[in-house]
Amino acid sequence: MTWDWGAVADFLPYFCKGLVVTLEALALGSLISFALGLVWTLLLRTPTRWVRWPVGVLTEFVRDTPLLVQLFFLFYVLPEAGVTLSPLTTGVLGLGLHYSTYTMQVYRAGIEAVPAGQWEAATALSLPVRRTWTAVVLPQAVRRVVPPLGNYVIAMLKDTPMLMTIGVLEMLGRARLVSQQHFQFTEPLTVIGVAFIVVSYLASLCLRTLERRLVR
Amino acid sequence: MSVETRKQPAVTGTLPTELIRLEGVTKRFGDNTVLDGLDLSVDAGRHVTLIGPSGSGKTTILRLLMTLAKPDEGTITVDGQRLFPAPEKQVREVRKKIGMVFQQFNLFPNMSVLRNLTEAPVRVLGLSGDEAEARARELLDLVGLADKCDAKPTRLSGGQQQRVAIARALAMRPRVLLLDEVTSALDPELVAGVLDLLRDIARSTDITMLCVTHEMGFARDISDQVLMFDAGRVIEAGPPEKIFGDPERERTRDFISAVL
Repeated sequence: MTWDWGAVADFLPYFCKGLVVTLEALALGSLISFALGLVWTLLLRTPTRWVRWPVGVLTEFVRDTPLLVQLFFLFYVLPEAGVTLSPLTTGVLGLGLHYSTYTMQVYRAGIEAVPAGQWEAATALSLPVRRTWTAVVLPQAVRRVVPPLGNYVIAMLKDTPMLMTIGVLEMLGRARLVSQQHFQFTEPLTVIGVAFIVVSYLASLCLRTLERRLVR
Repeated sequence: MSVETRKQPAVTGTLPTELIRLEGVTKRFGDNTVLDGLDLSVDAGRHVTLIGPSGSGKTTILRLLMTLAKPDEGTITVDGQRLFPAPEKQVREVRKKIGMVFQQFNLFPNMSVLRNLTEAPVRVLGLSGDEAEARARELLDLVGLADKCDAKPTRLSGGQQQRVAIARALAMRPRVLLLDEVTSALDPELVAGVLDLLRDIARSTDITMLCVTHEMGFARDISDQVLMFDAGRVIEAGPPEKIFGDPERERTRDFISAVL
């Protein structure tokens, strides 16, 4: 096995395109999972059983089936129902949906960790329910929620290569294309491996800074 | 002092008006009957202290009045309006007349001391930010913490937090103030400051107080009436001199001599 810097140079332009797609999928997927997870959490706290029950079943189902199966389902089955989405859109939705069933548990734990006395004080002051959520409970839940949410972002980063299977040219997709054209596997795969480490590390640095700021 | 300006008719001369009425109130937790068909009436401006062994239902009464729990049976009326059973909208209206101070303070740690005092007056009473802030500063001055406006509650001592909590409750100008073992969580040297403040408020306002406490000296000082609870019932009621000095019931006598 020899290391060819020329192959690295040849791969770099493609790598950059792949990196952009990976980061795009990660950013959008994270945002969707954060928002959707909060929606699930709040829906599961409504008093109506007819809301809680279907949401419970759906999220349990999504959490217990593999992301790859969900991606295939979204990509190959949805068009049969007349919904055709681009590979990247499908991938972002898949990642966001899948991870929302995890972020939802993070939110739940964060909300349950807010002491009952906080709810009671809000009631004693006659604060409306909505205001109690936005001004008292959620702000206190946030600081407990950030560290685990950050861990899921890093886990999601490592799941982005799955999007290759539905035709998204993220980093692994690019590496595979270039490798197969030039029969050089070592350099492209090493480059993206290093890129994953760097992105993960930067993400965890950001996370630690954010945590420190919230704890203050 | 301008904490509470709505004057009640003087107790002498005119008939005292009933502010709180509980009729046949029963509360169970599982098999445990905490309140057993309780009848209770409190006149406006009175300071009533609830004493008795733990688990006798004292705190439950405060929680029912604050709508933190619902009775299983009976009715609760405050200021002539039904609090239970009542439609949600009416509950919300009646509840505004009641404030509560908790054993664990329960200040909002994500807000400054000042925001703790202005949040509800702005959101619930519809005061302007400036009005609410003026009222809050006045109250913080009253409780001796004018310099802590911008502090986060967690930076304060327990005694300071409890004084803020009292100010927060007063900022809503309630007619009734419920005090649930407000000094139990405090270090001994901080208790006196909180009790002095409450004595002050009791003396200088016409706010009605319902107070669950183990501080018998304080109870004797501020109460017009002391209710002795046992097993979900009031077994003896009377002025503090009577209850503490010469109780009629054996059970009351035993309890008083045990805690004094």
